[in-house]
Amino acid sequence: MVSNEEVRTKVLEIIADIALDDDVTTIKDDVALRDQLDLDSMDFLDIVMELKKRHKIEVPQEDYTRLASMKSCVEYLAPKFNA
Amino acid sequence: MAQKVDCVIIGAGMSGLAAGIRLSMFNKKIVILEKHTITGGLNSYYSRGKRKFDVGLHALTNFVSPEDRGRPFNKLMKQLRIPYSEFKLSQQNYSLIQFPDKKLKFTNEIEFLIEDINRQFPEEIDGFLGLLKYIRDFNEVNLTNETVMAKSVVRNFIKDESLIEMIFCPLLIYGSAWENDMDFSQFVVMFKSIFLEGFSRPEGGVRTIIDLLLKKLSANGGEVRFKSEVTRIISQNGKISAVEVNGSEIIECDSILSSMGLPETMNVLDEKADNLPRVGNLSFTESILIADKKPRDLGIDATIIFYNNRPEYLYQKPQTLIDRESAVVCFPNNFLYDDYDEGVFRVTNIANFDLWNEELLKSKDNYKEKKNEVFNQSLSILKKCGLNSNFEILFKDIFTPTTIKRYTGHLGGTVYGSIDKSRNGTTPINGLYVCGTDQGFLGIVGSMLSGISMANLHILQEGS
Repeated sequence: MVSNEEVRTKVLEIIADIALDDDVTTIKDDVALRDQLDLDSMDFLDIVMELKKRHKIEVPQEDYTRLASMKSCVEYLAPKFNA
Repeated sequence: MAQKVDCVIIGAGMSGLAAGIRLSMFNKKIVILEKHTITGGLNSYYSRGKRKFDVGLHALTNFVSPEDRGRPFNKLMKQLRIPYSEFKLSQQNYSLIQFPDKKLKFTNEIEFLIEDINRQFPEEIDGFLGLLKYIRDFNEVNLTNETVMAKSVVRNFIKDESLIEMIFCPLLIYGSAWENDMDFSQFVVMFKSIFLEGFSRPEGGVRTIIDLLLKKLSANGGEVRFKSEVTRIISQNGKISAVEVNGSEIIECDSILSSMGLPETMNVLDEKADNLPRVGNLSFTESILIADKKPRDLGIDATIIFYNNRPEYLYQKPQTLIDRESAVVCFPNNFLYDDYDEGVFRVTNIANFDLWNEELLKSKDNYKEKKNEVFNQSLSILKKCGLNSNFEILFKDIFTPTTIKRYTGHLGGTVYGSIDKSRNGTTPINGLYVCGTDQGFLGIVGSMLSGISMANLHILQEGS
């Protein structure tokens, strides 16, 4: 069983590798990632591809909006990590 | 059995390397095929004795400070996952657009240029500010923008033709495959990258960038094969299946990302189109001088001077070997951080490929003599730019349009490629895409962005 806290850590690791010049330790979970970090649509594609590469998790294009904030990421991805 | 990869990338220049980094980052099996023995393509380097020389790069455009978000340069570093600080960027001092009657000075702060225009063209300042706003609001990277000639748009804001010529001069010579004018989207790309963002130089020059790219590529498991010329792109029924290397070896692949240029790519394609893309008209010579004194000791503290000795700026193929009345003069010592022990002067002139080719065909001696004439011309241009002649020349080198063709394979010795671009990177053949110069993003930052965005659009997104 992967806990929500572990899912959050795994997502954070990915974001930290993509947003190299951003401070990811201060991310607020219920605020959109886009509003806190320098992320654009190309970077969201990277998050999706990293999820696939590192954790074999597929995120179909219609679900990209579920990755908007850290909170929604964890809600959406936790069942996939535990599938 | 033939080797099989997901994607063959043709050319280890800035765009090919950037594309290779992106694809190998996400476990695509790639190979970069480079016909030359070194990387960099149009932006490369070489050594003579203990001296190191840059080719292509005068300056990196698109300067941003690390806290400046969402600009092309930050975007590409994030996509390549190379931290900003590793480029060790050093800003220009200032640059000059030098025409017969007027000189405009600009730095990496647009306010400086605005003030200078206000001083010298007071009646045009409102028009210029209007143009500036229009440019800032314009989405130049939208791949579906209509082609509109830039001068006609700019004339809606500015009436004084000589100011228009001065504004266009650096933008044309730093990135237009078209003569005397360019597409407005391209104009905005160039305007933002030069006037709104500005010039810098990585410490150590172009090899700093290339080394960073190579290090990243090899960490991702990507491979560059040198002395590997693609002699055939094999396709059937409008779909690619493989490339032939050096006339014999076959590498099978699902897709090809070619940075060798659009006409050059079509030239080796099995299924030739009826209308081949047109070869561009513009090529260049460059004289490189090493002197015992630095430009500051000889009266020049500008980083780049755009020299033009006519009322209008003729950015077109000259009817002579070179156009003597205009040049770009670069003083690499005059970036904030100077890592040279000696003075370095680079003088670039617009040149005529066909005439140079004729000289070369006549005889080697003849060609050498013409190169010497170009060198002497560059001395006189340096003088007209205000350089005191009280220096000794320690070393000189001159390259010509035929040199460019030999090293880059570009037909006609073009630097900015074909006048037919493929902005979305597609070709009539399925699985064959172009990146780099002929996709239409230019300069070092542009070519890396081109490699990244074409790899994302046609290969990574397709497969995800």
